[in-house]
Amino acid sequence: MSATTAETQLLEINLGPQHPSTHGVFRMIATLDGETIVKLKPVMGYLHRNHEQIGEGITYVASFPFTDRLDYFNAMSNNFGLALAIEKLGGIQASERGEYVRVIMAELTRLVNHVAVTGFLLNDMGAFGTPLLYAFRERERILDLFEAASGSRMMCNYVRPGGVREDVPVQWLERAREIVNNFPIFLDEFETLLTENEIIQQRAKHVGVLPKTLAVNASITGPMARASGVNYDIRKVDGYSIYPKFAFKVPLGSVGDVYDRYYVRILEMRESVKILQQALKDIPGGPAISPKGQAISKAPRTFKPPKGEAYGRVESPKGELGFYLVSDGSSQPYRYHIRAPSFINLTVLEDMCLGQKVADAIIILGSIDIVLGEVDR
Amino acid sequence: MSFLDLFRNLDQLFVNVSGWLLGLLPDWLQPWASIAMRIGVIAAIAPAIMMYLTWIERKAIARMQNRYGPTRVGIYGLAQPLADGLKMLNKEDIVPRGADRLVHLIAPVLAVAPAILLFAVMPFGRNLIAADLNVGLLYVFAISSISSYAIFMGGWASRSKFSVLGAMRGVAQIVSYEVPSVLSAVAVIMVTGSLSLGTIVESQAGYWFVFTPWGFVACLIFFLSGVAEVNRTPFDMPEAESELVGGFHTEYSGMKFALWYMAEFLESFAVCAFTVALFLGGWHGPAIPFWVLALALAILIGTARLLPLPVRGVGALVMVGAGVFWAAQPIPSWIWFLSKTYFLFFVLVWFRGTFPRLRADQLMGLAWKFFLPLALVNILVAGVWLMPQTPVRWAPCLLILWGAVSLLVAVNKPSITDRRTYVLAD
Amino acid sequence: MVGRGVLKGMWLVLREFLSTYPLGRMVLRVTGQPAGNRLVTVQYPDEKQQHAERFRYFPFLVYDQTPDNLRCVACKICEQECPPQCIHIVGPAKDEQGRPLKVHGRTYPVEFDIDTSICMSCRICVDVCPFDAIEMDNQYEMSSTERFGEMAFNKEKLLKSNEYFQQIKPTEASVVDQRLEAKKPKPAPTQPPTPPSAA
Repeated sequence: MSATTAETQLLEINLGPQHPSTHGVFRMIATLDGETIVKLKPVMGYLHRNHEQIGEGITYVASFPFTDRLDYFNAMSNNFGLALAIEKLGGIQASERGEYVRVIMAELTRLVNHVAVTGFLLNDMGAFGTPLLYAFRERERILDLFEAASGSRMMCNYVRPGGVREDVPVQWLERAREIVNNFPIFLDEFETLLTENEIIQQRAKHVGVLPKTLAVNASITGPMARASGVNYDIRKVDGYSIYPKFAFKVPLGSVGDVYDRYYVRILEMRESVKILQQALKDIPGGPAISPKGQAISKAPRTFKPPKGEAYGRVESPKGELGFYLVSDGSSQPYRYHIRAPSFINLTVLEDMCLGQKVADAIIILGSIDIVLGEVDR
Repeated sequence: MSFLDLFRNLDQLFVNVSGWLLGLLPDWLQPWASIAMRIGVIAAIAPAIMMYLTWIERKAIARMQNRYGPTRVGIYGLAQPLADGLKMLNKEDIVPRGADRLVHLIAPVLAVAPAILLFAVMPFGRNLIAADLNVGLLYVFAISSISSYAIFMGGWASRSKFSVLGAMRGVAQIVSYEVPSVLSAVAVIMVTGSLSLGTIVESQAGYWFVFTPWGFVACLIFFLSGVAEVNRTPFDMPEAESELVGGFHTEYSGMKFALWYMAEFLESFAVCAFTVALFLGGWHGPAIPFWVLALALAILIGTARLLPLPVRGVGALVMVGAGVFWAAQPIPSWIWFLSKTYFLFFVLVWFRGTFPRLRADQLMGLAWKFFLPLALVNILVAGVWLMPQTPVRWAPCLLILWGAVSLLVAVNKPSITDRRTYVLAD
Repeated sequence: MVGRGVLKGMWLVLREFLSTYPLGRMVLRVTGQPAGNRLVTVQYPDEKQQHAERFRYFPFLVYDQTPDNLRCVACKICEQECPPQCIHIVGPAKDEQGRPLKVHGRTYPVEFDIDTSICMSCRICVDVCPFDAIEMDNQYEMSSTERFGEMAFNKEKLLKSNEYFQQIKPTEASVVDQRLEAKKPKPAPTQPPTPPSAA
C-alpha cells in the first residue's frame, strides 16, 4: 500500500472575543486541521479594568466593592480573601460570629458558583439551557439570602476585616437552614439529569485530560487540580478562619478530564452543604464584627497598618484566591496584587486542547470555570 | 349532497368538502382545479404549521425550564409567530462582503422548497393525501436529501469560516444519516411490499409496526436518523450555537434566516409525519376503540382517591361524555394522524429540552458504527418475522436484535462504560 | 444498560414540564411524584418581586421635616471615600465674609451631585457618614435616555424625607433614629462633631 498524502490547509478561526461560549470577552485563536485543534492561542485582556492599580490609590476598605467585580459569581469569597489579607496586615482579630457568618457566606457562594458553572458547562455542550435554568432556579434562592443579608444579590460588599459589615437580619439563619437542607434534594435531581446521561459521558469523558504532574507544575488549584487527583484544598492546607472546626472531605478525581471536573464540583457541593449545616448549627451569638474592624469600616482612612506585607488566601470556588498587600504605613496599600485562580488555571488551556476537536475546546474552556472579570482584573 | 351533509362524516370531511367545491366547477376544469387546490392548500398550510411549531417549541421548552414562554403577544402568546414573522420581514437583509450574493440568496429558498414538497405525499388521513404516488417513499428520500445542497450552498456562499465548518458538518451528517434511515425503511417495504405511503398505512390497520421487534428498532433508527437529518438537538452539529455561533446560517439575517428556520421546522414536522406513517399506524387509531379507553379512564379517575372529589367527578363525567360521543362518531383519521405527529414533535422538543449535543465525530460514529449495522441486522429480522406466521417468531427476532445491540455496544467501546470512583480525602 | 441515563433525564424534564400545569401537577400527585409548582418566572412589569429590606440601589440624602433641614453638613467624607468617586460636593455654604452659613444649626452643602451612572451601589458612603445623612434607596426603575443629564442626580433629586426612609427600611431607620436621638440632648450644638481628618 503506498502512502499518499493529501494537501490540506490549516484553518485559523477566532473563537471570540464575541462568541457565545467564551464566557465573556475571551478570545481563542484556534488553528484547525479539519476539526482537530493543532494550535490554540488564548488572548485575554479585553476586560482589563486596572483593578490592582486602582486599589493602590484608595483605602484598604474601599477595595472591597471592587473585589466584588473580580469574579462576579463569588463576591463573598473575594471579600473574604481581601479581609483575611487586611486582618493579617493590621493584626485584627475577627469576632467569632463574624467568622461563622463569613464561612457560611463563602460556602453558599461555592454552591452558587458550582451550580452555575455546571449549568454553563452543559450549555457549552449544547443543551438548550435546561440544566442552566434549573441551576439558576436554585441559585436565585441563595442570591435572595445574599440580598437579605447584604442588600445586593451579586455585588455584596459584605465582608469586612474583623467580621461582616452588619449582622444577618432576623430569621435569616432559619431561611438559610431551610435552603441548605433542601439543596441536596436539588443536587440529586440535577445528577439524575446529568451524571448518568450517556451523551454527557460520551462528550466529557477522556476529553481535556490534565495530568496530575502538569496540574502541579502549572500551579493549578481548585476543583480543576482536585479533579486531576491533587489533594490540595486551602481550607485543609491552610486551615484559615474557622475551617478546622468543621468535618468535611475533599473529593478527588482520578483521570482529570472534563467529566471529573464536573463530578468533583458536584461532590464539593455536597461537602459544602455539610459545612453549612455544621456552621448553621453552631453559630454563636455576639457581635458580627470586632470593635477594631468596626472602627476601620466606619473610618477607612484612620486604618494605617504598620509597614510590612501580608498574603491572605481563600479557597475560592475557582481555586486559590490570594490577595497580596504591601503597606508603607499609610492608609493606602503600597502594592496590591491578586492571585486570580481563573487566570492561572487558564494557562493550561492549550495543553488540554491540543489534538481535541473544536467542540471539545469549548467544553474544556467551560470546565476550567473562568470568569473574565477575574482573569483580566 | 347538501352543504350540511358534509359534516356528517367527520372522517372524510376534507375529502367531501373538496369534492363538493370541485363539483361546482365545469367538468373540463376539474382536474386542473383539483391540482391547483392541492398545491394551494399545501402552500397555505405549510407556513402556518411552521409558525405554530415554533410557538409549540418555545412554549414547551419554556415549561420544561420552569418558564412561561411567550405570553405577551395575544392570549398565551398565540400571536407571537405572527409578530416574529413581521419582525423578520422588517429586518435588514445583510449579505457579508465577499459573499456569493446569488448563491447566498438561492440557498434558503432551496432549503424550504423540498420541505414543502414533502407535504405532497404526507398521508394526513384516510383518502387525504395530495398525491398518493406509488413510489411515495422513494420520493420522500429523494426530496429530503436536497436539503444537504442547500446547507452547503448557504455555508459556502457566506464566506465565513464558521459557516463553512457548519456546512461541512451538515453535509457529512445528512449524507451519513440518509443511509440508516433508508435501510430502516427497507424493513417496512419488505413487510408491506409497497412504496406507496397510502398502502403502507393501510396495512397497519390491525397492528402498528412499532409493536413488532423489527418495527420498534426500525422506528427508533428512522426517527433518530430523521432528527439528525434535520439538524435538531442532540444532533444539531451544523448550527451548534455554542461552537460555531450559528453554523451554516451564521451570516443570514431577516427573511432569509426565517426561511432557514422554516425549512428546519417543516422538515422536523415531515420527519415526525413519516415516522407516524411508517411505524405508528398513520391515520389508524389504536386497536382498542377509543370509547373503551375513555370509559376505562373515567373509572380510573372516578376511583382515584388522591384526587380531590370535584376533580374526580368532573374528570369522570368528561371521560364518559367523550366515550359516548366517540362511540357514536369514531375519531376522524386526520385527528389521529395529526395528534400522533404533534406528539412526536413534542418528543423532538423534549429532546431539545433535555440533551446536550454529541460531537461531530461521535455523531458520524453513531451513524456508521451503530445505526447502519443495526439497520442491516434489522432487515434480516424483518425477513425472519415474515417467514413463519406464528407467535413463536418473536423469540428469534428479539434474540437477534438483542445480540446485535450488545455486540455493537461492546465493539464500539463507548466511554460510557468506564466506571469511576472518587476519593473523598481529608 | 446503555440508554438508561438518557431516559432518566428525559423523565426528569417531563416531570418539570408537567409540574408547571395544574393538570400535570395532579397527574404527578396521583403517581406519587413531587408535585410542587416550579414556575419561577416573575412577569416583571405586571408583577414585581418583593425585595429584601436591605436591598440597596443608589444613595439619597435624608432630611428631617422640611427639605432645607437636611442632615448633611458637607463634610465631604463620602466624597473622599467613594471608591468610584461619583460624589461631587460643593460647600459648605458660606456668606461673603467666608463664614459658614447655617440652617437649623448646621452647615449645608451648596451642591451635592451623585453621578448614578458611575455609582456602583457599594454603600460605603453610608458606612462612613458620621451624621447618617446619606442612605441607600431601593428605587430601581430609573432608566433614562441620557447619560449626563438625567443620570447625574443633583441635590433636589437626591433629597428624600426621613419618613420615606422609615417607610422603605423600617429596621435600619429605627436604629438610625435611636442613634440620632441619643446624640440630641446636648443643647444646640454650635459645632458639629468634626470629622476625623479631612486631609
